[in-house]
Amino acid sequence: MIKKILIANRGEIACRVIKTARKMGIKTVAVYSDADRNALHVEMADEAVHIGPAPSSQSYIVIEKILEAIRKTGADAVHPGYGFLSENAAFAEALEKEGVAFIGPPVGAIQAMGDKITSKKLAAEAGVSTVPGHMGLIADADEAVKISASIGYPVMIKASAGGGGKGMRIAWNDEEAREGFQSSKNEAKSSFGDDRIFIEKFVTEPRHIEIQVLGDKHGTTLYLGERECSIQRRNQKVIEEAPSPFLDEATRKAMGEQAVALAKAVGYHSAGTVEFIVDGKANKFYFLEMNTRLQVEHPVTELVTGIDLVEQMIRVAAGEKLSFGQSDVKLNGWAIESRLYAEDPYRNFLPSIGRLTRYRPPAEGKKDDGTIVRNDTGVFEGGEISMYYDPMIAKLCTWGKDRLTAIDAMGRALDDFEVEGIGHNLPFLSAVMGQERFRSGRLTTAYIAEEFRDGFTGVQPGEAMARRLAAIAALLNRTREARAVEISGTIGNHKRVVGKDWVVTLGGASFAVTLEGGSVRFEDGTSLVVGGQWQPGDSHAHFTIDGQRMGVKVSRSGTGFRLRHAGIDVIAHVREPHVAALAKLMPVKLPPDTSRMLLCPMPGVITSVLVAEGDTVEAGQALATVEAMKMENILRAEKRAVVKKVAVKAGQSLAVDELIMEFE
Amino acid sequence: MRAVLEQLESRRAEARLGGGTRRIEAQHGKGKLTARERIDVLLDEGSFEEYDMYVTHRCTDFGMEAQKVAGDGVVTGWGTINGRQVYVFSQDFTVLGGSLSETHAQKICKIMDMALKNGAPVIGLNDSGGARIQEGVASLAGYADVFKRNVDASGIIPQISVIMGPCAGGAVYSPAMTDFIFMVRDSSYMFVTGPDVVKTVTNEIVTAEELGGARTHTAKSSVADGAYENDIETLEMVRALFDFLPLNNREKPPVRPFHDDPARIEMRLDTLIPDSNTKPYDMKELIHALADEGDFFEIQEAFARNIITGFIRIEGQTVGVVANQPMVLAGCLDIDSSRKAARFVRFCDAFNIPILTLVDVPGFLPGTAQEYGGVIKHGAKLLFAYSQATVPMVTLITRKAYGGAYDVMASKHIGADINYAWPTAEIAVMGAKGATEILYRSELGDPEKIAARTAEYEERFANPFVAAERGFIDEVIMPHSSRKRIARAFASLRNKQVDTRWRKHDTIPL
Repeated sequence: MIKKILIANRGEIACRVIKTARKMGIKTVAVYSDADRNALHVEMADEAVHIGPAPSSQSYIVIEKILEAIRKTGADAVHPGYGFLSENAAFAEALEKEGVAFIGPPVGAIQAMGDKITSKKLAAEAGVSTVPGHMGLIADADEAVKISASIGYPVMIKASAGGGGKGMRIAWNDEEAREGFQSSKNEAKSSFGDDRIFIEKFVTEPRHIEIQVLGDKHGTTLYLGERECSIQRRNQKVIEEAPSPFLDEATRKAMGEQAVALAKAVGYHSAGTVEFIVDGKANKFYFLEMNTRLQVEHPVTELVTGIDLVEQMIRVAAGEKLSFGQSDVKLNGWAIESRLYAEDPYRNFLPSIGRLTRYRPPAEGKKDDGTIVRNDTGVFEGGEISMYYDPMIAKLCTWGKDRLTAIDAMGRALDDFEVEGIGHNLPFLSAVMGQERFRSGRLTTAYIAEEFRDGFTGVQPGEAMARRLAAIAALLNRTREARAVEISGTIGNHKRVVGKDWVVTLGGASFAVTLEGGSVRFEDGTSLVVGGQWQPGDSHAHFTIDGQRMGVKVSRSGTGFRLRHAGIDVIAHVREPHVAALAKLMPVKLPPDTSRMLLCPMPGVITSVLVAEGDTVEAGQALATVEAMKMENILRAEKRAVVKKVAVKAGQSLAVDELIMEFE
Repeated sequence: MRAVLEQLESRRAEARLGGGTRRIEAQHGKGKLTARERIDVLLDEGSFEEYDMYVTHRCTDFGMEAQKVAGDGVVTGWGTINGRQVYVFSQDFTVLGGSLSETHAQKICKIMDMALKNGAPVIGLNDSGGARIQEGVASLAGYADVFKRNVDASGIIPQISVIMGPCAGGAVYSPAMTDFIFMVRDSSYMFVTGPDVVKTVTNEIVTAEELGGARTHTAKSSVADGAYENDIETLEMVRALFDFLPLNNREKPPVRPFHDDPARIEMRLDTLIPDSNTKPYDMKELIHALADEGDFFEIQEAFARNIITGFIRIEGQTVGVVANQPMVLAGCLDIDSSRKAARFVRFCDAFNIPILTLVDVPGFLPGTAQEYGGVIKHGAKLLFAYSQATVPMVTLITRKAYGGAYDVMASKHIGADINYAWPTAEIAVMGAKGATEILYRSELGDPEKIAARTAEYEERFANPFVAAERGFIDEVIMPHSSRKRIARAFASLRNKQVDTRWRKHDTIPL
């Protein structure tokens, strides 16, 4: 058996591998770059080896440095995680030479699947369904029409050299195919100087569904069900689940068997994933590619199958036989994974770097209601999200007996997850959990683009939710006011008496309420019974409203309360009725006109200008750095804008309020 | 009997109407509340005791005898904020533009005298067109009477001014001599001479907002300590500030129940200081981590942001915080930050508010602008203020404490009671690079040698232990236990007593 595993990775996946290794009684070695000196995986591992500067090109993906670390620590196996060297055949080969076990597939399989064209060919040969299309050159429009008709409409006409949507046409009939071919060809010629065109089936409602396979070195290869990863943003998966709400048993079996056939064809062992694109309308699936590694979203498979994939990978690498067969693989319940990214959804998902001033994930494990929460992470409170690596903070998974139970558990887990200090997509994830379309499982890979056409602006509370939040705010306020009058030095018997009648304003709405015990009575006579233990200073609390539990993040905003729940982010003011009446007289002010100029905030030297004239910058994007008093300060865009003029050069000294750049 | 009672009610009703419905509507139209409405927001409901409601002016020039309004443009009295007593005057713009007459001033003086005698703070809500010109010198005398009382009360009771409309000419000097000035954005302004006079005299064209609006006074002139969106928000924030302040200089600051463990461990603080000492970090994170419930009331947030001043509570009791901010100008001391902090330290000292100083200071800002501006004297103000303070003082050095700035920032030598340092502290005459360049000038041509010398210097001096070995640092503490250590430090200083020599007063370098 393997005695010591070196994990050639960082972040959550390194931590995740360490957990299983530890469970199996295997020692672990972490590697780390300059930027990861204080990282969690370094802390968790038995040993840690420094492998170079922060950029991964100088550390995590330098094979020789990993080999050195192996020699130094005497590790007898390497787990590559995902990304970095995980699908690098040369690395697997080097390990083989070194006599160290690679916890992954054989070199040949990595090579075969690493090439898009080879893999497609191999798949087709193995009887795997591939996207119907014509890869060869097409001579003229007539041939294009003929090919299109044989593939079946709609088809996609693509420039071979294409990219960014250029030279791409969708045709629904012969006529469109003819026109599309011509315009595609012209456009490709002018854009890329290469007018080669190919045609393939266009999938109108594509879903991304993938099959987890697992094989040993003794000829057994199994499929462990599927994962649906259709919720993506710019090809980056955001929410995954297992099983898929789309597949029926027969399709699942067909896909699974094809995936196994492909794996067998390349002599695969260890864990791997065969990705398919599924035509939601035609109910057909087509091979996309095979990932010869552990997938980011593997935890959802683990949650529904009960199989620890990392453990199986280690056992397979050690030469053990799989201890179960295909008939033992049962999909139990439903699991959802939300990827928590350091990307600010309010600023068009711009990466956000900085310090996690607060990081409190929800408690993991089995809950009273039978659901399970799992959180895979590589960060800690006070840690830094750096610019060098993937901006993923955590993978939050929930399991429930069925899909909606798992989704609701996810909603609650997100409400209980506190992350501060950087921008992150948690409110966005919460918003998706509440969307009817997501809940009903009508997914396609265009889901986010379709459901958030104008970007993400937060969830607006409906009437019922606004009342709940108002009731909570009234309760918070009573707690705060009751404490305020306990101050020392009050004037004897003339103390302030905290009243029962209050007016809560929240997101433009206003609610007159009367508080009696835990009951909040509204003007219309209805009331809500609120329970909960919040004390001033608590940043999160659970409330029960009419028996239903709500996790709410609470913070101070001036004299009001900022409440966050289920993607909603509102400020509530609670005032005595006479003050609330006067507050109505206050003018509504337009947000201040953020200047169209970036001025130097301090005397200093411009060390770099990071944008050029004509660039479109997003809010929060770094524009320039100024060094002052030997400190580097990053100046960021306040809003989305186009750079009109850059007035300075790197090295220039500036005084306070000198112009750095202008925006249109 | 009943007729007399009814007469009282009708006189009260008349007085409450101030300048009349039409003017009240005009005031509301400008987004402003009336004098009495403001008091209703500021004070606990039903707690206001009004005095001098029926006072009218005695002027007979310019037809003024026909323009008498009960109260004469200012509402005065006392009430409570969360049950604690406070005297209030609120100028009524609906009555003759809130202009200050002899009797208007007398009303203000009356409650100031009472406040001083009874040891309760004064809050002035200013909304006045200025002196009542019809009264001439009598009005000027009125201003001066108020000024004198502001000074007499200074350091004895806290005085807070809220500018909620115009405040121009001589009128500005009463708020200027109080402890805090707050302004309402877009509807208040303060200046000695208005835009018209400015134009006549200097040919400068400037709007009232640019000349003396909230932004000008919070960010540029530092006349104001804070500004808020509207009347309601401003008054609510004044209530919040009031809860931090003692009623007078004979009292300790107020204490209220708290819901935060004084021994709370904050592991995140162990990684607050970046690996590179040229990388900034946000000192406010530390302040929030140390404070009860993360509650911090910042004073002069928009001005001299390289130093942070404000109030927190520790174990329910008010503590004044002064902290260098590495995010701005590396947290250096300069003219503005020294003045800002000096004023704050003196306020805390006058009112028995313990001071917590958080130090990460690379030194004083160099440059001709600073020297010509008199950074020597301005820096001395902060040094003077700290040296003079006798309230409990706890200092924590998080990173840099270089040169003279180390001395200034509440060092042991000038009277701080307990001085802590984190292991990341570097207490030295200057940074390693600068020091080696002076000490080893002859080796400057050889970068390798200099690098070695720098490393050597860092090893020897870039730590808290050289100072700790001499007792200048009482203890080097773990960042994560800072709240506990600081809370215990202040607890140990609760009965601190210092006898000071008699003197008429000091001669602080103003």
